[in-house]
Amino acid sequence: MKTNFNDELVKKFATATILWGIVGMLVGVFIAAEMAWPLLNADIPWLTFSRLRPLHTNAVIFAFGGNALIGTSLYVVYRTCKADLFMPKLASFVFWGYQLVIVGAVFTLPFGYTQSREYAELIWPIDIFLTVVWVSYAVVFFGTITKRKEKHIFVANWFYAAFIITIALLHIVNNLQIPVNWHLSYSIYPGAVDAIVQWWYGHNAVGFFLTAGFLGMMYYFIPMQAGRPVYSYRLSIVHFWALISSYMWAGPHHLHYTSLPDWTQSLGMVFSLILLAPSWGGMINGIMTLSGAWHKLRDDPIIKFLIVSLSFYGMSTFEGPMMAIKTVNALSHYTDWTIGHVHSGALGWVALITIGSLYVLIPKLWRKEAMYSTKLINTHFWIATLGIVLYIASMWIAGVMQGLMWRDINADGTVVYSFAETVKATYPYYIARFIGGTLFLTGMCIMLYNFMMTVKSKGDAKDISGVVA
Amino acid sequence: MSKHAKIEKNIGLMGVLIALVVSMGGLVEIVPLMFQTSVIEAHPNLKPYTALEFAGRDIYIAEGCYNCHSQQIRPFVDETLRYGHYSQANEFVYDHPFQWGSKRTGPDLHRVGGKYTNEWHEYHLMDPRSVVPESNMPGYPWFAEKLVDAEQTAAGMKVHAKWFGVPYTQEQLDSAQADVDGKTQLEAVIAYLQVLGTAIPRSYK
Repeated sequence: MKTNFNDELVKKFATATILWGIVGMLVGVFIAAEMAWPLLNADIPWLTFSRLRPLHTNAVIFAFGGNALIGTSLYVVYRTCKADLFMPKLASFVFWGYQLVIVGAVFTLPFGYTQSREYAELIWPIDIFLTVVWVSYAVVFFGTITKRKEKHIFVANWFYAAFIITIALLHIVNNLQIPVNWHLSYSIYPGAVDAIVQWWYGHNAVGFFLTAGFLGMMYYFIPMQAGRPVYSYRLSIVHFWALISSYMWAGPHHLHYTSLPDWTQSLGMVFSLILLAPSWGGMINGIMTLSGAWHKLRDDPIIKFLIVSLSFYGMSTFEGPMMAIKTVNALSHYTDWTIGHVHSGALGWVALITIGSLYVLIPKLWRKEAMYSTKLINTHFWIATLGIVLYIASMWIAGVMQGLMWRDINADGTVVYSFAETVKATYPYYIARFIGGTLFLTGMCIMLYNFMMTVKSKGDAKDISGVVA
Repeated sequence: MSKHAKIEKNIGLMGVLIALVVSMGGLVEIVPLMFQTSVIEAHPNLKPYTALEFAGRDIYIAEGCYNCHSQQIRPFVDETLRYGHYSQANEFVYDHPFQWGSKRTGPDLHRVGGKYTNEWHEYHLMDPRSVVPESNMPGYPWFAEKLVDAEQTAAGMKVHAKWFGVPYTQEQLDSAQADVDGKTQLEAVIAYLQVLGTAIPRSYK
């Protein structure tokens, strides 16, 4: 069979997504265990929680999520534009360059080479190389769009385009720094200014990496798997522009009641509340795409992944604005509630939409009729969902408990609990969270097995057309 | 919506519009802060980190302490009781990068300076559970064996003086390397912890 460069490249990204997903989540499960059983690092520096937590976040966001986004965006852009990828050699460089960045993270973060700025920990030489890779990616993506044979640019590509442009802007502005030696550098921004720049970046890494990019994925793979057109074209237009313009203002809600001036905090809170509307616009548009085909939710476990991911998206984009209200934030901030919120978005939305999309994509790329086992997809779905529920429920309870214990004051004006007592009270929830995370990781391993068996299986599909737009 | 069709057919126009709308938030929320006095002018009692404190801060950054400890006391009764006077922006102007953190798996550290003895910190950093039985903090026993990178400390301080206008004297910069030469990471981290938040007294009266 004739091989097609575009598909071959996307295959690499799909494989990398699954493998890095397992690595990133394995690190996550390990550090979750360390919080419950602190002796696990055995006094080895590179196994210590504070060194490994950035590796976990970078691996799941940028390695698992990033490979999924770049891979699917290239697939979607060449399919919907009915054009081969622009500059194939550069496209290959994007793949290998991006993997090199991830390997760079693996060999720096656990060894204490870090900026210690949340989600922007990578040291300056890797930052510069990542910029080169990202610009190359933009050239391939936008170059392919200019070669398109369709007049209209398909809606999924708007979201991918906003993701690519904005991540470039955020990465560059946030990483302006003065190097001291090959690994150490200092951010040019002082104290409170550094805080707002960093959270403008951090919040919009969520907004554009973990939201806009994955909405692009959603806008292609849900209509394809459901066999129905996007519910409302008008809604796509309105919520697209509303989402990308309001997200960028919401960063200060990460700094409520800090030394950041009040006016910035209030502005950030208002825009965080506004953000609920465009977020739910995307959820409604995705879920309603299934209207008239609801039975598929019962019969097709891939549809379950895709639709439940949107439900989690709706839930966490409701929870987010609520937590951005200053009085709520006063309780939730600094507690494990934040961790629960992040994971309802990261596992519930980002991981489930990625897994669902990969189950659609893998048989198409490897020219198979279907995945090796639909039953295993169903098993994966239930084990993953159970894991998420256990994870977020335990962190919610732990977070609210910590917030309430911290603020409890005796009649004589002293605090009721020492900090250590609140740590002690949290151990059971750390164990429950560890079990939830382990379940989710188990699901990923089932997926890896199903993936390998699908690739190895005989019986090639005759018809591989699958262009939705 | 028919006007939108124009954007949908022109990727250049769409790209420019995207760049425009995503730039607004940062321009309005970040740029003014760079000129707001309360944010950029140092507290009168704030002193630049000494060479040993500076080296300690570099280690705090390298180890990723921000993953579990905030350095930001909010203006709430319980926080000022537990941690001391709430944090002010003018206490952080020499901090590149900021280390305010976002999670308190352990307590806030902004005004930990002077709260415990050096000896307590030594025990605690070597084996946290020896002094706080409930703690889930990992130990950092290698601090006692590893030495400070003196050359890096001196170079780092020079960057702060030259690029960020941190008011170091020439004497401080010249002696920086000798000041920390042969010091352990433990001594440096403790020196840093002991100066944290001391520009304003901890007591909240």
